[in-house]
Amino acid sequence: MSLPGLSLLLQSIVSGILMGGVYSLTAIGLTLIFGVMRIINFAHGSFMMLGMFTTYWLFILLGFDPYLSLLISIPVLFVLGLLVERFLIAQVLNAPEHNQLLLTLGISLFIENLALFLWSPNFRTLDVSYLKKATMVGTVMISFPKVIAFLFAILLTGALSYFLKYTDLGKAIRASSEEKEGALTVGINLKRIYYVAFGIGTACVGAAGTLTATFFYVNPHVGGIFVITAFVVVVLGGMGNIIGALVGGIIIGLAESVAAAFMPGQLKQFVIYFIFILVLLFKPEGLFGRSREE
Amino acid sequence: MTKIIVTIAVGVFLLILPRFMGGYFLHLITMIFFFTYLGTAWNILGGYAGQFSFGHAAFFGVGAFTSTLLQIHLGVNPWIGMFLGGIVGLLLGLFIGSLTFRYGLRGPYFALAMLAVAEMLRLLAVEWMAVKYPLGITIPLKGDSLLAFQFTTKMPYYYITFAMMVISLYITRTIESRRMGSYFKAIRENENAADALGVNVFKYKLIAMAISAFLTATGGTFYAQYYLTIEEESSFGTSVSIEVLLGPIIGGAGTVFGPMVGAAILEFLSEGTRNFLGGYSGVHLMVYGAILVVVIIFLPNGILGGLQAAFRKLSKVW
Repeated sequence: MSLPGLSLLLQSIVSGILMGGVYSLTAIGLTLIFGVMRIINFAHGSFMMLGMFTTYWLFILLGFDPYLSLLISIPVLFVLGLLVERFLIAQVLNAPEHNQLLLTLGISLFIENLALFLWSPNFRTLDVSYLKKATMVGTVMISFPKVIAFLFAILLTGALSYFLKYTDLGKAIRASSEEKEGALTVGINLKRIYYVAFGIGTACVGAAGTLTATFFYVNPHVGGIFVITAFVVVVLGGMGNIIGALVGGIIIGLAESVAAAFMPGQLKQFVIYFIFILVLLFKPEGLFGRSREE
Repeated sequence: MTKIIVTIAVGVFLLILPRFMGGYFLHLITMIFFFTYLGTAWNILGGYAGQFSFGHAAFFGVGAFTSTLLQIHLGVNPWIGMFLGGIVGLLLGLFIGSLTFRYGLRGPYFALAMLAVAEMLRLLAVEWMAVKYPLGITIPLKGDSLLAFQFTTKMPYYYITFAMMVISLYITRTIESRRMGSYFKAIRENENAADALGVNVFKYKLIAMAISAFLTATGGTFYAQYYLTIEEESSFGTSVSIEVLLGPIIGGAGTVFGPMVGAAILEFLSEGTRNFLGGYSGVHLMVYGAILVVVIIFLPNGILGGLQAAFRKLSKVW
């Protein structure tokens, strides 16, 4: 391979891994919600969009630093998640799976088009000088906000894994996801576990929204771009597997950016869907999953 | 007997209705018929056989593109194109179905796989159109002609969608009254049990898929001939997949007239919101979302499903 070809490949590998971190970040909340509640949450992308707009408006109206707005977007989305679970999702936990899917679809249609009504379809970006920084390492350009997002994804995966493993609440969440009846028998309040888990999942994607807004445009439909990729990552990493989501995100980020180097336009997305279908068909338990005992 | 009389009366009423309506209402009712047709097509697979598709835009788009491209490049008559588009949709359905059903994709997994297929086709269409038809594909005008499937007034489209709707409802009715309908429902309610009882699950899922895909694809051709222009988003876009399934879900999936009830409610609502809050795009989708949430929580089997249950309760009380 010629030198420019090699540096192009290197560049796409680095960008791919970094973008993969962002995909992991969006997928972690989704996989947590699925793992605990067995719900495929179509509204996940809408929550992400709300996280992005929170950061955007805090910056525009109050001059908040984008990273500082994490302190607001995370709790705001956590509370919103609690409310949505408590008043809507909780009503269909025993309904057929497709009705759960349709409910979250309805929620996302509502939120996205409300945002469209309030904030117009305009594409907005955060105009902050330090966010546009990029460092050259040899011939490879590394964007500052993507590195931060990537590091945050690793941090979040670690924190969430620790939380699930070592805290009482985390243990209760794991118990409820693995053995519903058993959890009930030992006195775990499933209802409470569900809405806390949903809140945490939504808070995660709120953080993902804030961090993505630092380098990506913000508009009411932006969640749709990320949510389908997040589904792919979740399935690839094994539904409910948080570390799987981190690894799956990086794999998808890599596949996408390497495909983009060789294919025109949006066909890189095509590659992702293709991987998705292959995984669904041949390895639905995910790359690292045990096959589900049913 | 009363059923037949009511059916005939409603039929005659709908046939003479256009004489008393302006273009605006004609368009509205035409769209209700059209979405009833599409919803009915979806309902056969999603409502009766219980295979929830989130990607019916794949069939819709394939139908629209097949007939339009054949017409433009080879001069194929759009009516024949409609049939051929249906066949291409059917083959696509069999292909997807044989893969997904063979490997046992169920429930949300099947829904997501369908979504991915539709998105893949959309991306291919986007890339291909960007090179060949950056401004979308326009069907050349030929004036008023039944043969060319083009009209300068709305009325002929009204009658065409009316006929399509009646055919689709008749097909559903026929399926429901035959053994096939019971097989579909058995698969929907409990696939393993149906299999254990000797229903060829794979075969009947494929049949449901084939019928549904064929009808949806012919709907795509109608759409192309109605607007005389197609582009990738309104053919393969996720919003198409969503609008196709909303009608039957809200009206009552797995019932003959559910898609019609749903389509009527949704069309009137979307027109209403457009009149009150015109100028804001997407407001009708916000209303759709709210309706969907309310229906799923309070009427999980749709409006007709809810009514049926209520009647059953009432008749027990009496």
